[in-house]
Amino acid sequence: MADLTKLAKLLQELDDQMVGCMKCGMCQAVCPVFAETMKEADVTRGKIALLENLAKEMIHDAAGVQEKLNKCLLCGSCGANCPSGVKVMDIFLRARVIVNTYMGLSPVKKAILRGMLTKPALFNALLDLGSKFQGIFTSKVDDLLGSSCSKVLSPVIGDRHFVGLAKQSLHSKIKALDTPAGKSGKRVAFFPGCLGDKMFVSVAEACLKVFEHHGVGVYMPEGQACCGIPAISSGDRVAYDKLVKINLDLFSKGGFDYLVTPCATCTATIKEIWPKLMDEYPATMRDQIRALHDKVMDVNQFVVDVLGVKPETPAKGAVKVTFHDSCHMKKSLGVTSQPRALIGMNPKYELVEMAECDRCCGSGGSFNLYHYDLSKQIGERKRDNILATGAQIVSTGCPACMLQMTDMLSQHGAKVAVKHSIELYADSLR
Amino acid sequence: MPSAALIKEFEAVVGKDNVFTSEADRQSYSYDSAVLEAVVPALVVRPTTTEQLGKVVRLCNENGNPITVRGAGTNLSGGTIPDPREGIVILTNSLNRIIEINEEDLYAVVEPGVVTAKFAAEVAKRGLFYPPDPGSQAVSTLGGNVAENAGGLRGLKYGVTKDYVMGIEFFDVNGGLVKTGSRTVKCVTGYNLAGLMVASEGTLGVFSNIVLKLVPPPQASKAMMAVFDDVNKASEAVAGIIAAHVVPCTLEFMDQATIRYVDDFTKAGLPRDAQAILLIEVDGHAGQVAEDAEKVEKVLNKVGATEIKVAKDAAEKFKLWEARRNALPALARAKPTTVLEDATVPRSKIPAMVKAINDIAAKYNISIGTFGHAGDGNLHPTILCDRRDKHEFERVEHAVDEIFDVALSLHGTLSGEHGIGMAKSKWMEKETSKATIEFSRNMKRAIDPKYILNPGKIIGA
Repeated sequence: MADLTKLAKLLQELDDQMVGCMKCGMCQAVCPVFAETMKEADVTRGKIALLENLAKEMIHDAAGVQEKLNKCLLCGSCGANCPSGVKVMDIFLRARVIVNTYMGLSPVKKAILRGMLTKPALFNALLDLGSKFQGIFTSKVDDLLGSSCSKVLSPVIGDRHFVGLAKQSLHSKIKALDTPAGKSGKRVAFFPGCLGDKMFVSVAEACLKVFEHHGVGVYMPEGQACCGIPAISSGDRVAYDKLVKINLDLFSKGGFDYLVTPCATCTATIKEIWPKLMDEYPATMRDQIRALHDKVMDVNQFVVDVLGVKPETPAKGAVKVTFHDSCHMKKSLGVTSQPRALIGMNPKYELVEMAECDRCCGSGGSFNLYHYDLSKQIGERKRDNILATGAQIVSTGCPACMLQMTDMLSQHGAKVAVKHSIELYADSLR
Repeated sequence: MPSAALIKEFEAVVGKDNVFTSEADRQSYSYDSAVLEAVVPALVVRPTTTEQLGKVVRLCNENGNPITVRGAGTNLSGGTIPDPREGIVILTNSLNRIIEINEEDLYAVVEPGVVTAKFAAEVAKRGLFYPPDPGSQAVSTLGGNVAENAGGLRGLKYGVTKDYVMGIEFFDVNGGLVKTGSRTVKCVTGYNLAGLMVASEGTLGVFSNIVLKLVPPPQASKAMMAVFDDVNKASEAVAGIIAAHVVPCTLEFMDQATIRYVDDFTKAGLPRDAQAILLIEVDGHAGQVAEDAEKVEKVLNKVGATEIKVAKDAAEKFKLWEARRNALPALARAKPTTVLEDATVPRSKIPAMVKAINDIAAKYNISIGTFGHAGDGNLHPTILCDRRDKHEFERVEHAVDEIFDVALSLHGTLSGEHGIGMAKSKWMEKETSKATIEFSRNMKRAIDPKYILNPGKIIGA
């Protein structure tokens, strides 16, 4: 069994941050996981208490703490609502690295995170191959949502209605881009993110269409790697460091004004998490990370705040659209009005707000893989809020939320399309 | 750990999923919001129906396991810290049904685990009002509110939780259902056991359901802020407002230290040199609100407030309240550990109390920010420290002792709204009398012969 004294020592580095938690329990009001399980160990206050006890060697069951620690969406709702401003995300990410490294990653996680994710060329090739064969194992269930289910794969993926790999990924359609600034005078580096590259290619293409329309030059280098969030949230510092390094090498070149992504999670990772975890990197890498921190921007924010696209009066078209604030978009980046403005630019649409529009959809990346039942319960609340608006389209700024909402709506047989806000805007451009 | 056989018995009552035995789960019910040592319970049991609740209580009593009932665990005096002798935590958060909201007779019946703010919102949807608004209302449970007699910002005009409890059904230690009070405004049937249950902190019975009074909401309100260069003037203003026969729904106070911490945090440009700020809100019929607001302004001018801001609309009102909303967040961020006290004095004694608190802070070289409910004299001297610093924390403990001494010497009370729990039980006799403690202990012994109902709280072991 793990040497608890050693583990305790490692966790003591978090003490200065954890001591700020005054155990007021206000996180219970906003935690989506707690709302379902109503168990203290599932809410932030409980998790911090357990980590403190582990650091003080007052608890012997480290695996028990590990399980609780990983049962979190990392949605940031608690941190945003914390009266004493505890940096919850910092604590949890660092704790996951310490505890999961110490307890050991599962062989499957290691194979995926270190064996595939950190080798973009291999990862791309494998998934390109996968997209050709996925039709054999899966059947389409909803054309509007583009979702599928699979009897053959159900031991692995359960009854999920998933969005399949795109027929042709973005990188196999467009290898790389390097175009000069046009009439906007701006040039961006474009980071489509894994989901934008491999599943929601239409989202990435919508971004490129918008850039072209506004005369924005694009630098899209070949061989982009994952932003690192799946690795670091699994506590895999080794894979995470590799991914950051690959991306830094690509994006320290190219001469651009902004690094734009259509994925709120990627944006938040590059902007918030990379600088948080850079202490052990060499100075040049730290400088590169600082530079990207200043340049990285969500695509909605870029189009509205930088390009100045804003409706004079929001459109009042025939098709109702409702908008879901993804956690990373609102709680990490503070971007809320910009995607709504973009939806308002399309004369076909009318924006109707749903109840609890900023409540987590339950995706939480790999949380969905390990705690599907819980993820589904949280997602169903989101689904019901969407359906209550009577909207035909639900829009959001995060492809991971799009996956989750597609699954929830498709399983319910709901005829609601899931679209990224940039797609709705791009659609209005000729 | 309780025997495997007993665990099986609990599982037979509430289901396997609702008996928590793992170390991690048990440890997460070892504390509440008070700055006290944690105690890990032997078991945590979560009934999902009130029928199960009664059976669980009986099982605990039969086996001599001390019970600590827990809602959201936001207690500030250690009332929800379990007993070290094979203590069992009973969770009420699955007993969260609002059984009835009666719009004709203006009452509601709730299970103990209903969250205060959710209940207030449901009531508001029906055009009615449940006024008690403790600071933790977003998560606190009504059962906990009743067990602690929770207060809040609206105490002066609307009263506190006890003023809204019409009836309670609770389990005695044998799991027998005791019924007290009723759904009627008047009820003199038997002892006022509901009154006894309020603020009993789980030491006399376990609530099954609660009948709460509802009132019509005020139609209009007006908020204002007044700045003072002297705490005495702020106090004179409070006395003057009451003397003018105006009872504001909220009358909040912040001292200079708090003002500065809030300003550091929000950069809102608060008057850093001010000695006190009062936030005042009057509510009622529109005509009365206008008249009351005018009277309040007159008083504020007369006592010499250096600045008066009146909110013209809802947005301005929200802005005015920002400083008060941020009082605790600002104080909590300043230092790692926040010791939130609630010593309460007659409202005319606020200047003496504030001065004494500042003297104590200087004497022990610690930081204290004081804010609170000026209208009812319920202050929150908030001590900012780092509990890891043993020397400092010793000084903090001495300071807390002295704060209680002063509060009692000013004819105040140990606790306005946080409860006695474990944190203040040693002070009980000083405020009351030896006979009071004896009377309480005799009563407890008669009701709970094995001393299993939240032992160690209020009246000690």
